Amino acid sequence: MWVAALLLVTLLGTGLVFLSPDRYAGKLAAAISAVPALGSIYMYWVYLTQYGGTGNALLSPADIAFGQQLPWITLGELEVSYYVGLDGISMPLLALTTVLTTLAIVSAWTPIDERQSQFYGLMLFMEVSLIGVFSALDFFLWFVFWEGVLIPMYLLIGIWGGPRRKYAAIKFFVYTNVASLIMFAGLFALVFSTDLTSLSLPAMAEAFRTASGLPTIAGMNLMTISFIMMFFGFAVKVPVFPLHTWLPDAHVEAPTPVSVMLAGVLLKMGTYALLRFNFTMLADTARQLAVPLAIIGVVSVIYGAMLALAQRDLKRIVAYSSISSMGYVILGLVAFTPYGMGGATFQMIAHGLISGLMFMCVGVIYNTTHTRMVGDMSGLADRMPWTVGIFVAAAFGYMGLPLMAGFAGEYFIFQGSFNAPTLGGAAPVLTSLAMFGIVIVAGYLLWAMQRTLFGAFSLETDYEVSPAAFHDVAPLAVLLLLVIALGVAPDLSFAMIQDSISPVLEIGGGA
Amino acid sequence: MALAPALSLGLASLVLLLADSIDPDSTNTGLLAGISGIGSLLSFGFAGWFITAGTGIADSTGVALFNNQLVVDQMALFFMAIVGSVTTLVVLASYDYIAGHDYQAEFFSLVLLSATGMSLLSAANSLATAFIALELVSLPSYALVAFLKHNKGSVEAGLKYFLIGAVSSAILAYGISLVYAATGVLRFDGVATAISSGTVQTIVDGSIQAQSGDPAVPMAILGVGILMIIGGVAFKTASVPFHFWAPEAYEGAPAPISAFLSSASKAAGFVLAFRVFAVAFPIGDLLAAGGAINWVMAFQILAIATMFVGNFAAATQETVKRMLAYSSVGHAGYVLIGLAAVSGSGEGLSLSMSAGMSHLLVYGFMNTGAFLFIALAEYWGVGRRFEDYNGLGKEAPVACAAMTVFLFSLAGLPIGGGFFSKFYLFQATLNVSAWSLAAALIINSALSLFYYSRVVKAMWIEEPTGSRTIESYPMGLYTAVVGAAIVTVLLLPGFNRVSEIAFQAAQLL
Repeated sequence: MWVAALLLVTLLGTGLVFLSPDRYAGKLAAAISAVPALGSIYMYWVYLTQYGGTGNALLSPADIAFGQQLPWITLGELEVSYYVGLDGISMPLLALTTVLTTLAIVSAWTPIDERQSQFYGLMLFMEVSLIGVFSALDFFLWFVFWEGVLIPMYLLIGIWGGPRRKYAAIKFFVYTNVASLIMFAGLFALVFSTDLTSLSLPAMAEAFRTASGLPTIAGMNLMTISFIMMFFGFAVKVPVFPLHTWLPDAHVEAPTPVSVMLAGVLLKMGTYALLRFNFTMLADTARQLAVPLAIIGVVSVIYGAMLALAQRDLKRIVAYSSISSMGYVILGLVAFTPYGMGGATFQMIAHGLISGLMFMCVGVIYNTTHTRMVGDMSGLADRMPWTVGIFVAAAFGYMGLPLMAGFAGEYFIFQGSFNAPTLGGAAPVLTSLAMFGIVIVAGYLLWAMQRTLFGAFSLETDYEVSPAAFHDVAPLAVLLLLVIALGVAPDLSFAMIQDSISPVLEIGGGA
Repeated sequence: MALAPALSLGLASLVLLLADSIDPDSTNTGLLAGISGIGSLLSFGFAGWFITAGTGIADSTGVALFNNQLVVDQMALFFMAIVGSVTTLVVLASYDYIAGHDYQAEFFSLVLLSATGMSLLSAANSLATAFIALELVSLPSYALVAFLKHNKGSVEAGLKYFLIGAVSSAILAYGISLVYAATGVLRFDGVATAISSGTVQTIVDGSIQAQSGDPAVPMAILGVGILMIIGGVAFKTASVPFHFWAPEAYEGAPAPISAFLSSASKAAGFVLAFRVFAVAFPIGDLLAAGGAINWVMAFQILAIATMFVGNFAAATQETVKRMLAYSSVGHAGYVLIGLAAVSGSGEGLSLSMSAGMSHLLVYGFMNTGAFLFIALAEYWGVGRRFEDYNGLGKEAPVACAAMTVFLFSLAGLPIGGGFFSKFYLFQATLNVSAWSLAAALIINSALSLFYYSRVVKAMWIEEPTGSRTIESYPMGLYTAVVGAAIVTVLLLPGFNRVSEIAFQAAQLL
């Protein structure tokens, strides 16, 4: 009931905002999006206090929190149902989504000045889809929401984006759609060879785990082929090297609040789906392919960081560093250890908060300076003390300063992957290489901050620079507080994540 | 009584002619559109009522009329409902579109006569009635395509459509005569008996008997006949290789008529195909009898070719209406899967046919809606090319939002029923391990998203190029477009009902 209420309130709010006049649209959207945000915080609190130690939604359906199932469609022999529910993996992601959407909407008040009701309506529509992605437990329902995210994102980039917005929007749309189709085909090859009659995720997990006698095509088991197709489909969303080229274009052209959503939540859809589908349903195959997957992750870490090092545009720097951070998630997932997988999930939350914060900071600076080029400005610290202070704190969070969420996430991942049995002898080597990524991160962030924020004030674009408005800084402060809170007390999320991860580790004989 | 859906359409067209004879120069569009609207709504209502009431289920053979020449069963009612709903939308939209033209009463009565033919075709149970009903569909539609008689494009399209239509009718009639020559009967069940028993049949007092002397069915003649019937069906459904008329006719015709032809007329062609091939030429018996043609393989080739030709051609078009015309060819390819995803012994036929039927129903709303949006654009004097739609979203957000729903649903994104109906087809192909069909479906869906999103991009993302002023927002067109959009969206959560009814109907055949 709770999930349905969140979806319904947000959906009705979407309609309301579309019809509202431009002047009030931003305020109205913020007020409406506060409802699911508060609701999910309440659900989070209930979960934290009452559902401690519950299992994984896919592996022990009896333990699903806030579950609801209604019959929906019967196609031949396939049963499709409206089936939602949460566990320790999806609960933090749901809270991240709703909180970040509210903050992103508030941060849009300053930069967005045309077609506002449509902008905020689309933001809310995206929130509906995102809530659905993280709470759906039936494949069809999940897919409806999964694709439902694309349409508002495409329009948000395409209408309100920068000069090359049309190119960036269509590239994003084509990349992710082709990826979805390949994933879809791969998954259904498995569904139809295992005699499934229900498309609920728990039923699929059960059927794939016990599947036997699958056909072999071109010397490869169908399971492996499907795994690769699904990995490809989700990896585009993450994104990992070499499927990342849509990301910098989309990020740079998207308006800042949209970048916040893109980096903060949309990238997590990819890793969340990887965890749910590839690493839970097809855990055995994932273990077999652990080393090549880990290599992909590590290459993403290093390559993304190197690309970030070469950029001058602040937004591009943050965009490329996202590729690097998401590489850690892949490395943690393939480790198949409590700290590795748990840390990967924790890193999704941490990176969602920190990268959202970084993009917002860059946005606030851009709103006043109208440039994002590192060489074009310097000495902003005197003019915008609050914004710059938070920016510096966020950057240190990105570099992995202890007592910030980023440190906890990355530390857990390294702890888990260093001795990962799935990676065998390659584990220490790969982990060390990935650790080197942090050094590069520190390199480009320190360089960029030193050039832009400190020293004597100068600005190429002749704009008056004054402290940002309260409603611009407030979301930054809220996010920073969350980052610190999760850094000081990671167990706020990590405990429930581990509860839900451990069943995944148990299947297939690992631990 | 069981024919009420068809009768109400036919009656309304006669009332229109009566009104026209009383006041020949009437330009009272409201009255004329009202009569036609009532007729088509009644038709849709009766069909819906009969489906819910279960006509044709209690007695699994359906209600047989006129010595078994017509059979009203679930399949017939399903298609009558499609025809009724599309006709209602088209009539509603025409109210604004043809205001100010001459010969309005003729326009509406031709639409309704053609719809009557489609409704009858859904129930036809013999090759003779099917042919007559098909001509009743075709003849008014030739005139309707050429209705804008001062517009060269419209007249040219009408002539082309008529010439190709006449040739294909001739082919179909010849095919029917060959089947008759080979089997001795025209009734579908009689043809099936002849094929399974291998002897020529005859009908005595309504019951099928072997002809005296038990002459054997000449399989070669039967095969040629079936091949020609496939050709006739391909024409009516705008499938490869007889699809050439479709882009011309749809582009030249008044947009509501394009909507009517590409949705309802296509559905009528498919009901004929489904019935003839499922009932009269059961594939298992046909192959067992030996020598005759394997129509499943023919439809597999046609389906794949039609999907690729339609979608690739649509991707290269410069005008929106022509793009939609080719996309409608592509969709014919998808629906052909309904007859192609079948195993050699006929297994999987009810699943694949019900998938095709479901797709036709959803398509009836989303495609009609898309063409009616074109009608709206023509009403406003917006140009024909993609660029002419630039920035339209700012001036007409509601209509453009509806169009976005249609286009994404046509592409198969889960924003409307098109997602499920395409998936249903996909499931049908996998059910019989028809990998090439499944691959073609996936590839073409991906491709179609490219050209559909061009329109979305133009409407919402591009800046308007020229100066354009939209002066009025025609109520009838808006109601039709928005109504179709709402139904398209509602078919996403409500698809279950459609697929259930379709599956039941297909199983009863």
